[in-house]
Amino acid sequence: MTVLSMEEFLEKECGDHNYELEDYEAEVPRWCKGCGDHGVLTSVQKLLRDRKINPEDVICVSGIGCSSRFPHYLKTYGFHGIHGRALTLSEGVALARPDLHLLTVMGDGDCFSIGGNHWIHALRYNFNATVIVLDNEIYGLTKKQASPTTRQGVVTNTTPKGAYLKSLNPLTLMLGVTNISFLAQTATWLPGHLDNTLNKAWDHKGLSFVRILQRCPAYLSSSFEATGPDFPAVFLEGEGGIAVDKGMLQKASVIQHDHHNLLEAQKVALTETPSPMGLIYYDPNVPTYGDIRRRRIKTLDRPGLIAGLNAELDKYTVKQQHG
Amino acid sequence: MAKNKKVIPLKEHIIEFVSDSGEGAQKAANSFAKTCGMMGNGLWTIEVIPAEIQPPPHTTSSTSGNRIRLAEGKVTNAGDLAQTVVAFNEMAFLSRVQAGAVADDVLLIIDNIWATHDDPAYRESYKKITGDVKSRGGTVIEVPFEEETAKIVEDSKRGKNMFVLGYMGYLYQRDLNILRQIVEEMFAKKSKTVIQNNIALLEGGYTYAEEHLDFRYEIPSVPSKVPMVVMNGNTAIALGAIAAGFELCSMYPITPATSASHALSDIMEGLGGMVHQAEDEIAAIGVAIGSNYAGKPALTITSGPGMALKTEFQGLAVMTETPLVIVDVQRGGPSTGLPTKIEQGDLLSSLFGAPGDAPKVVIAPSTIKDCFSVMIMARKIAEEFRMLVIVLTDANLATGQQIFKRPEFSEVSLPPPIDLSPVPEGTNPFDWDPKTGLSRRLIPGQPGGMCVTTTLNHNAQGKVTHDAASNQRGHEMRSRKLAALQHTLKAPEVYGPKTGDLLIVGWGSTRGTIDEAVDRARAEGYEVSAVNLLFLSPLQPGLKKIFSGFKKVMTIELNYSDNWGDPLITEENRRYSQLAFLLRSHTLMDVDCWSRVPGRPFMPMEIHEVIVREIKKIKGAKEETAKLVSKAGGLK
Repeated sequence: MTVLSMEEFLEKECGDHNYELEDYEAEVPRWCKGCGDHGVLTSVQKLLRDRKINPEDVICVSGIGCSSRFPHYLKTYGFHGIHGRALTLSEGVALARPDLHLLTVMGDGDCFSIGGNHWIHALRYNFNATVIVLDNEIYGLTKKQASPTTRQGVVTNTTPKGAYLKSLNPLTLMLGVTNISFLAQTATWLPGHLDNTLNKAWDHKGLSFVRILQRCPAYLSSSFEATGPDFPAVFLEGEGGIAVDKGMLQKASVIQHDHHNLLEAQKVALTETPSPMGLIYYDPNVPTYGDIRRRRIKTLDRPGLIAGLNAELDKYTVKQQHG
Repeated sequence: MAKNKKVIPLKEHIIEFVSDSGEGAQKAANSFAKTCGMMGNGLWTIEVIPAEIQPPPHTTSSTSGNRIRLAEGKVTNAGDLAQTVVAFNEMAFLSRVQAGAVADDVLLIIDNIWATHDDPAYRESYKKITGDVKSRGGTVIEVPFEEETAKIVEDSKRGKNMFVLGYMGYLYQRDLNILRQIVEEMFAKKSKTVIQNNIALLEGGYTYAEEHLDFRYEIPSVPSKVPMVVMNGNTAIALGAIAAGFELCSMYPITPATSASHALSDIMEGLGGMVHQAEDEIAAIGVAIGSNYAGKPALTITSGPGMALKTEFQGLAVMTETPLVIVDVQRGGPSTGLPTKIEQGDLLSSLFGAPGDAPKVVIAPSTIKDCFSVMIMARKIAEEFRMLVIVLTDANLATGQQIFKRPEFSEVSLPPPIDLSPVPEGTNPFDWDPKTGLSRRLIPGQPGGMCVTTTLNHNAQGKVTHDAASNQRGHEMRSRKLAALQHTLKAPEVYGPKTGDLLIVGWGSTRGTIDEAVDRARAEGYEVSAVNLLFLSPLQPGLKKIFSGFKKVMTIELNYSDNWGDPLITEENRRYSQLAFLLRSHTLMDVDCWSRVPGRPFMPMEIHEVIVREIKKIKGAKEETAKLVSKAGGLK
């Protein structure tokens, strides 16, 4: 029998809480049956449970779209914002509260289209957050319009003769942004891989960007080879990368990939078929914007602040010459 | 010539320093103004800024400089026409004449290098423009500023402004020791040689004036017994934001708001906060909302076009009841409009800019002193009422410098430390008090308070609802807070008697100008008073009662309205100025307006003219009626 020291006892009894999945469950999700969002939600809830994260210490920020309902179904703090702007709200949260865990959830239209400017700059800021884009290559909430990742030729309500342009490759774009520190891709039909990817992203300090491919059963059931599992993919394997469970190996082949090498990462990202799954690029040494800025901020108590402000006012005070 | 100088005593004077952009007239003028402040004079300065960074030199569009209204006592506005203009070239002076800013009997002090310049076009325009001054009754003093500067330093283009400062210092009997001190402070970061050169130029200008002028002006000054500060409105906003306890200013560059963020950038890190320059206006407000939501007070500072871009996020702040302060330093619109110039054009768009019904607080400081204190009030209202507070200033307050009593503040003005104590599971995030709409905000990190804050319509539990009753309820609760705030406000003070022929209603920076015009008209026997509204939303109580004390009520505003008598304009289609529009609907009274969009502050004389004309109309109408009545044989 092991004897626990007082510290160990306290740690065991009074330290981390043990949580159940239900502790992170809010409302019953109202996504369509078969929508990939369900799987991602469960994966996030499992991650929080496994890591014994206090629900009050998590903020989930989203934009607008089907996927942006995510915070409503997660029993943490949540901020359901406006279309395309989730990353701006997240950045404010990250600057204000480095003590909290930040999860940002967007859809492909939300992030890659209306939120394009924020997307680019958020990567460059590299603020500390796990950012996931649930990419089903279609607008769902507004009912089947082409998104930037809708494939050329796909019929939607705004492209009745088929989407006019080649789809945007968000991966290559992101790998061109200065300060990118974490980029991974996975798919909802690879549940184990999804879990491993989110865990790897959660561990990264900086902006970990995860693109999750998933099907929209309502408006684009034909996407990803109709089922997803048949969609041609290739797992990336590398030291310190995202583990590929044995069961996954039947679904796709594996290639070795050096996720620290930006040029290699760009090459991998260029290949859309088969789609690369795993850690595409990783640089844990990129400083976060919050750290860079906070390092220079003086810590003051309230009297110190008042004194400091008075010193500033002195500079504008006129020393009037009497007599 | 040093002896037997004529001393001309003055109560006040309006002086302009103008040069080509980049020649440093602003630096000279600011040093002059600071000296006046230190000597205890009343002061109001306003910048003359070109809209471009490098406009073609020696043209009217290149003018850069300052106007300084200098007085024995308190000054509340930039005044009427300039009485002295010191110009580095004749085109800079001409631009001020064209702007209608110069008195006919002006004293023009001008560099005469252009009289003999190689370029015949310059010689000709110099001759014509200085000749015109004389023929209008003005005086021209020609000074070889550049030539004299070249005797002291090598690069005469760069030091001329300090020579001019010395010259003007002598003319207005400014204390040479103070001038020296200010010049030293200004170049404190530069090399010793630079400081010495500039002091030599200052003294050179002073001595030159002493040797060549046969008169000096005297404006007595009474040093204040309490500490005074001199600053512009954007600096006051910045320092006020620190006093209010803001820890983050999230902004995107836009004229004329940016200098407030510059002031904050210089000091905020040293005072426990930071300025974040976002990738665009939308991100700037998004970051501020995110920070406030997470418990750290943040503000965003912008101007009209930035406000337009921020409207969707304003709606989000209102819907989620996230406290937020936005400062809108108004400029000329619509579109990019007059980016460097003053207008009061954003009142209605501030009130109604966001989609749907989005009740918010709108306040407009009227002095630079107010710019400081309003920030503390704005932060408090935003947090206590969980509301969006818009602070409307303008380009006049932003860049004008004023001397005022040093603001006092204490820890009371700071927000309470963030409270993360646990709340019972199931605590409502919108636990609206049914009477006031007020509710306690839950802060992320508070155990038990987990909830979603949503952009969608929601109930007290924060849950999305689409039903009629809950949508009605949400709207009521958000609107009720405005009523609750309105109940805490006092009626505005009337400047002047509470009854009379005419009441002028204004808001924001026009206050000093309107009050001065009212003073002049009253001294002439006209029965006119004025009211300045600090709160535009909610409107302060008692307006209807105040208005009923006057035969006529009209607003005077720096924004557009159709004029009576303009083609096609009738009672049915006339577009009123923005405050008049608001007051007409609020009081159901026939509030008239006189408004213009000159891109500069009003002059008291313009408003005086409006007052006199309006009161004559009122009296005339009475006489007219009396005549008709007597013609008809009197009233039976």
